[in-house]
Parts: sequence; C-alpha cells; structure tokens
Amino acid sequence: MPFEFRTASTLSDAAGLIAGDRSARLLSGGTLIMRDINEGRLTDGLILRIVDPAYRQISLSGRVELGAGVTMAAILKRRELAYLHAPAQAIGGPAVRNMASIGGNLFAETPYGDFTVALLALDAQVMVMQGLGAPRAVPLEEFLAGRSRGGQGLVTAVQFAPPQNAADFRFRKVSRVKPKGLAVLTIAAHLPMSGGRVSGARVAFGAMAPVPMRAKAVERVLEGKALDAAAITAARAAAAEGIRPVTDAIASEWYRREVLPVHLARLLSGQD
Amino acid sequence: MAKIPVQFRLNGSDRAAFVGPSDNLLTLLRRGLNDFGPKYGCGQGTCGTCTVLVDGDLQLSCLTLAATCEGKHVETVSGMAEGPVLHPLQQAFMDHFAAQCGFCTPGMLTAAKALLTANPNPTRAEVIDGISGNICRCTGYDAIIEAILAAARGGQATRAY
Repeated sequence: MPFEFRTASTLSDAAGLIAGDRSARLLSGGTLIMRDINEGRLTDGLILRIVDPAYRQISLSGRVELGAGVTMAAILKRRELAYLHAPAQAIGGPAVRNMASIGGNLFAETPYGDFTVALLALDAQVMVMQGLGAPRAVPLEEFLAGRSRGGQGLVTAVQFAPPQNAADFRFRKVSRVKPKGLAVLTIAAHLPMSGGRVSGARVAFGAMAPVPMRAKAVERVLEGKALDAAAITAARAAAAEGIRPVTDAIASEWYRREVLPVHLARLLSGQD
Repeated sequence: MAKIPVQFRLNGSDRAAFVGPSDNLLTLLRRGLNDFGPKYGCGQGTCGTCTVLVDGDLQLSCLTLAATCEGKHVETVSGMAEGPVLHPLQQAFMDHFAAQCGFCTPGMLTAAKALLTANPNPTRAEVIDGISGNICRCTGYDAIIEAILAAARGGQATRAY
C-alpha cells in the first residue's frame, strides 16, 4: 500500500482515523516521521495532520496544559513557562525548535527526547484519546513504559502542575558539541523546598535507559533532606540505581555511568 | 500514487505543483520547481543546508511535508538577491570569506536572515545559537559568525583578514 495524506480538522476526527487504521502515523512537527520516510524506514501508510487549534493550544490557568502540537519555539515565547525554556532550548537548532512538538518528543528515541525528561520531573500526565470519547490522563511514566508497544491512541496534550517556585526546577543536558548536540545524558529535577527541606522530589534521567526514566533512588535519598553536602553525596551514590545506559556514537555505557553522578552533583549544588 | 495539488508562494511568486503524499518540500523545490538553492545534505534535520523560511519561520525543507505547504509563503536563498544586487548578508559572506565549499551556505544565509529579522543587533553568542542548526565542515564557523555580525552592523568588518 502506498502513502496517503489526510488532514483532520478536529482532534476526535484524528483519534477516530488513528483507531481505525493501524498504518496511520501522525505528522506533528515532522522531525521524526519525515526522517523515517527520507531514510526508507517508513514506506507506506496514512500520514495524518491535525489542524485543530486545540492541538497547538497552551493553557496556563491552574494546571498547565500544553497541546501535543505545541512547538519548542512556542514554549520559548512564553515567559510564564520560563522553567521549561532550558529543556525547550536543548532541542535541536532554531529550525528544529520551530517544528518539533512536545507530543513528538514523547516518542523520540534515546538519546533524543530531552524535553520529555523535563516533563517526567514535573510529574506530567499524557492526555490520550482512544477512538471516540474524551481524552484519558495517563501518567507519563506509564505512557513511556508502553510506548514501544504502540497503539495507545492519539496524544492530544500533556498536563502538569507548574512548579510553585521556578528555582525548584533544574535541568541539565550534557552534550559534547555546543550549543547543539546529542545528549550524553540529561537530568531534570523538581525539588520543592518546605522549611529548608526537599518535599516531593522528582528526578528524571535521559539517555540512561531505552526511555526517559525516574531516578527513584535519588528521589528517596533527597526526600526530607536539606540540599547540603551530605545529601548530595548520598544522591551521587544512588545515581546509578536502575540505570541501563547504551553505548552509541556519542558515548559508551561506561562513560555515561561514570559521569552521571558528577553531573547530578553539579545540578544539585547549583554549579554550571 | 495519488498526486496532491499544492499552491504556494515561492520567493514572492505564485507557484503550483502536484506532489506525492510523502514528498518533502526540498524535493518539490529542487526537482519540481528547479530551485536549486537549498541543498540535500543529510535528510534527517541535522545539517541544515536545506533550511528555508515558511511563513517567516525557519524550517528544514527536508523534514517538511510538501503537501502541508498549501497557501504558505516559502522563501529560499534563491530569493535573497534582488537581481544583480546581493543581499547584505550575501555580500558580507563574500567580504569575510564565509564560504569555502559553499554547501552549507544556503542554510547559513537563510538562518542568518531569520536571526537578523528577529534580532537585528545580535550578540556573538546569539549568532552562534542562530546558526547552531547548520553544520559547516570547512570554515570552522569563525568567518561565518564575523560575516553575520558585520552584516548586522551594516557591513563594517570587525577585523582584517
């Protein structure tokens, strides 16, 4: 079967088309799908575009809701989303940031997907529309665990509570080439402070597993602690728990394991 | 394969073409419309030599589905000069020896144009970020950065070569 191109004017039309056609691929920013087409990995099926304005909408009242088609450039234009500017800026160069969407980033293979690492540290939920009916909220971690199986439905948006204090949210992407390069590793941490102690720590790693992962051992050792030298030493020691980094053209598994605690400690101590 | 009609503006002129459902904009420009300005480099959004402006936004034409360009205004490096008069960025690239093999130049010029349109007086760091999606394997970037800074200052060189 050759390619077919269709435009869906509403999210529910798109969800219906995706539910009814296993070959359907959603064209969001195009940076992943067009690459698969150019390199011959995708050779047929339905290419579906969504023109519903809701797909690119940013809602900031209460919980933040970002339409899955919101681009990195659109996030960089919003001062209210300043805590997300570092992860949005970490994606590609200016042209890629004008195209790449947050929905697409959820599907980016490691070592891509830096923005998703930030969303994981914000405890984001993925809004998924399966056929007809309202979108269902799926915790991002669960969504990522099922990602390789596919067939989860149409991702319409992501939702999260914004950090109470923007300084509680930290992000670091380590790459060999600057300012644009693939991740050796990526770390995002949301460390809300209550009475000088961490309360509700969320730490996430990119390029440390086949999909972005929560660093639960690090979260456990930081919880209830002041961010002092002892806590940072404990976090360093816990960093490697559960990680499964790969060897690729950017870095070896050994190198990624060696430098992760160093960069985690720098992130936690506020060093550049 | 069913062909899709597409009408759009290319460097100020109305154009129409039939495209395949998976054709990218770069293929349409080069093979369909004989605009050989943007180049095919990597086909994966890494090198930036296919960079064009779509409705004023920097985009990679190799990653843009041609069928989505209906009604859009596409600008390529081919539209930068006005007849025999070079765009100030093109002149600055010549003056500062910012092209060697020239393969990255279409993307570099387009990215620089987008940068200076949004930010007419960029810092060196902003220039570096502005062309961070464009790879050059010849110049080491310094001449390109100097050319863009010079164009922003109205063509004055900051140092002698």
